[in-house]
Amino acid sequence: MVSQPPIIIIGNGIAGITTARHIRKRSGAPILIISKESRYFFSRTALMYVYMGHLKWEHTQPYENHFWKKNRLDLLEETVTEIDPEKKKLTLSNGNTLSYASLVLATGSIPNKFGWPGENLKGVQGLYSKQDLEKLEALSPSIEEAVIVGGGLIGIELAEMLQVRGKKVTFLVREKSFWSNVLPKGESQMINRHILSHGIDLRLATSLSEIIEDENGRAKAIRTDKDEIIPCQFVGLTAGVRPNIDFIKDSSIDTNRGILVNKYLETNLPDIYAIGDCAEQQEPVPGRRPIEAVWYTGRMMGETLAKTLTGEKSAYHPGQWFNSAKFFDIEYQTYGLVAAHPTEPEIHFQWENPAKNLGITIAFNKETNEFIGINTFGIRMRHEIFDQMLTEKRTVLHVVEHLNDCNFDPEFFTSYGGEIIAKFNQEFGTNIRLKKKSWRRIFANLITN
Amino acid sequence: MKTLQKFGLGVFLSGLAIFCALIFIGKYQLKAKQFDALIAEKGIKSEVFIANIKRNLVDKEFSGPFEFSTRIITALEEANKVHRKKREWSKVIWDKPHSFSYEVAKKAGTGMIPNNKGWFWFLTFGLGIIGSLLYIIPNIITLGPPGIKNNGIFFDSSTNRGFLGWSVFIFLVSFYVLLYFFPDYIVNWTYIVDPISQSLSGNLASQWFLYGYLYCVVMTVMAIRMYIKYRNNKYQILRTTSVLFFQIVFAFLIPEILVRFEKPWYDFKNAFPLDYDFFFSWNLNSLISSGGFGLFILVWGIALTLVIVPVMVYFFGKRWYCSWVCGCGGLAETLGDPYRHLSNKSIGAWKLERWLVHGVLAFSIVMTGFTLYTYFSGTSAVLGIKTQTIQSIYGFLIGSIFAGVIGTGFYPIFGNRVWCRFGCPLAAYLGLVQRFKSRFRITTNGGQCISCGNCSTYCEMGIDVRAYAQKGQNIVRSSCVGCGVCSAVCPRGVLKLENGPVANRTHLPNFPLGNTLNN
Repeated sequence: MVSQPPIIIIGNGIAGITTARHIRKRSGAPILIISKESRYFFSRTALMYVYMGHLKWEHTQPYENHFWKKNRLDLLEETVTEIDPEKKKLTLSNGNTLSYASLVLATGSIPNKFGWPGENLKGVQGLYSKQDLEKLEALSPSIEEAVIVGGGLIGIELAEMLQVRGKKVTFLVREKSFWSNVLPKGESQMINRHILSHGIDLRLATSLSEIIEDENGRAKAIRTDKDEIIPCQFVGLTAGVRPNIDFIKDSSIDTNRGILVNKYLETNLPDIYAIGDCAEQQEPVPGRRPIEAVWYTGRMMGETLAKTLTGEKSAYHPGQWFNSAKFFDIEYQTYGLVAAHPTEPEIHFQWENPAKNLGITIAFNKETNEFIGINTFGIRMRHEIFDQMLTEKRTVLHVVEHLNDCNFDPEFFTSYGGEIIAKFNQEFGTNIRLKKKSWRRIFANLITN
Repeated sequence: MKTLQKFGLGVFLSGLAIFCALIFIGKYQLKAKQFDALIAEKGIKSEVFIANIKRNLVDKEFSGPFEFSTRIITALEEANKVHRKKREWSKVIWDKPHSFSYEVAKKAGTGMIPNNKGWFWFLTFGLGIIGSLLYIIPNIITLGPPGIKNNGIFFDSSTNRGFLGWSVFIFLVSFYVLLYFFPDYIVNWTYIVDPISQSLSGNLASQWFLYGYLYCVVMTVMAIRMYIKYRNNKYQILRTTSVLFFQIVFAFLIPEILVRFEKPWYDFKNAFPLDYDFFFSWNLNSLISSGGFGLFILVWGIALTLVIVPVMVYFFGKRWYCSWVCGCGGLAETLGDPYRHLSNKSIGAWKLERWLVHGVLAFSIVMTGFTLYTYFSGTSAVLGIKTQTIQSIYGFLIGSIFAGVIGTGFYPIFGNRVWCRFGCPLAAYLGLVQRFKSRFRITTNGGQCISCGNCSTYCEMGIDVRAYAQKGQNIVRSSCVGCGVCSAVCPRGVLKLENGPVANRTHLPNFPLGNTLNN
């Protein structure tokens, strides 16, 4: 008797592991997860905390080591070199082959490189994988000065990491302001100031021209597009990531920037699916990008695909956009799609408390007053309530009135709702009042006017 | 700033070194007159003991407490042996040998230390306080802008079970062993707080006064550290202020002042069964014989446990007690804060926790049952087991070893809530209420969790907070003491401690988040 081939998942990041867990919840099908990066699932988002000494490696693993065996999730530390969709077989780097019933590609991302001279020198790297962290840790004692190239979320995290470990950090941001392709101007500038206040040498509107090599093949300095030489022993390349699909390029699986999938997360070939960072939606949700390399979307795709693989064919419906990040000490949350550079009818209401590094931006439709989205800095908000207000297409007036219901700051924190609503009334000539927090509304999951 | 901190550390260590050295020095000389007074005071009838002490101790000068103590204890044991053999029960000295020796030594100390109490206070407590503040206060600048400051915790030998961590462990365990079992070796420590004790209660300091005073000093200094570390978080600041207030006023000042007015020593916030000897006959007798005030304490103590505690837990969760009021919690949240991440988060530890903590609760209830039965019936044994034996076992194993030696001594190894998590019967009781009937929960914010693990790592109670948060599930756990640190360290604003309607407490979001796996 030949045993049934397993569902094989390539990649044990959040997308692959979520798929595996949800399949196991719904069925007893054999599952094999292949990853060369690490034996056990870890939280990629926690790499920075290990480097800063907040956590140890073991703390990044959301499940204890016995979890996998107990749930019959087989783990294999190997690299897949080839996929044969005809025979439904994989070839591993050790030459072995494996058969699969279904194949899930969840291979994640790799850091972008743009052909900079010297980008492959020793001391030049991105920060994405466990191996990247290990490399950085090994280099660490020999780093005094570091340059980070690329002003996105990984860039600012890497800047914080190195700064915390006592390195002098220069941060090159190509745009005129930090993350200005995502954050509206005022917010982006607040983060610029915060980066500077942490002693980072922030260079806006500056890009990398080349990385200069020392006699041992290691980076010793960089030259900027302004012809400035900045000495450094480490260069962090954080100009975004791209899907990690090089090993698939030669196969018959259709790819563009990522692996092309339909709304069921199916590739062009039967029984092969792609999820997470490496998947590219052929028909993205309106207003959303075809590739969303975000923890949350990876998790949602994993859950969706698990349903499909256990007999309940399900389309990927990511729901209302949300995201979060932390810029040094400033927490950021966003619900809905707030444009960085709004075009009418989208307009923004902004409130800021520069002394406390607090701020919010509420985007809404000038004509209909429909609420479009919110960014908050240093103020926590309830996800469910915003999700619902977006789904129910509430007005901006409704949102501002109910800020007390939305607030998720710890108890006793100062409430700025009154200040915010006063500014709103002043700017828009309205006369709305802040409603008292109501558990009934929060729990009813239904806010009435 | 770093230089100032190093200097502060040096000053602190000098104070600590002098404090430790006090164990080994000092002169003891029991004068004949003092001994006569002691005989009268204690009602000692053993002529064997009296003769032995007169021969070997009285009017002789001893350097250090050890030889002095050994001679008293030897005399006491030899005398008791003789009397037991002869069945002369009235001549047996029933005191614990080291406690008896402490009483003698307290009277017999002479020379430099008892004559310069103020100076020695300065050289120990004074230098310790000044040094630690010089070390802590510059953190306002060195830690950078307000925010979560956990940098390097797992690189530091003192907070990652390194050499320094183990050294602190050895120091704390030794301290508790001396305090509980060898008070006669630490008589010098009690001299230096005599003036403070006298100004409060009018009495000389006992080792328990010393402990209470030291407890307040340590908590105050470490509370300043908390204020600086968590200055971005009002919940932490208020909570720290609250535990500090209850420790200093309720656990320290009020009981001492009560003694001054010839009332029973009583800590109004210390609820049974944490206050395990509340129903012991000596306490009941003392309360009943103290008139109206004693009866008030009796009624208060019972109401505290049966009404106030559960009602408050219903409205606010057990945090109102464990991390806002309790003295054990207070020490854990101040002195213990640097060690909170060392608690074990495994399922195995959780299983052990449930057996142990509920086991201790059962033990305390059984023991109290025996105690009350004995008190009302007058028989000294129940089911063939002597009430006094079970009380002593409880006092030794739970009251001293578990709560003190392990509970605090093991901070640098197993984290700061070992006692609260594995041993405290009151925490177990509050936990049952919190788990089954309370408005308290930690709300998880929809799908915002990134599974980073900061919440679980910094949970002092070893709760795997992330396991709930990454599913979008609210956290309702009997052990949660509501310290609020999971919420503080979360980089994505996922967790909020709050009190709300009981329905929906373990709510899961009803929209697709990719994390709605309910297992």
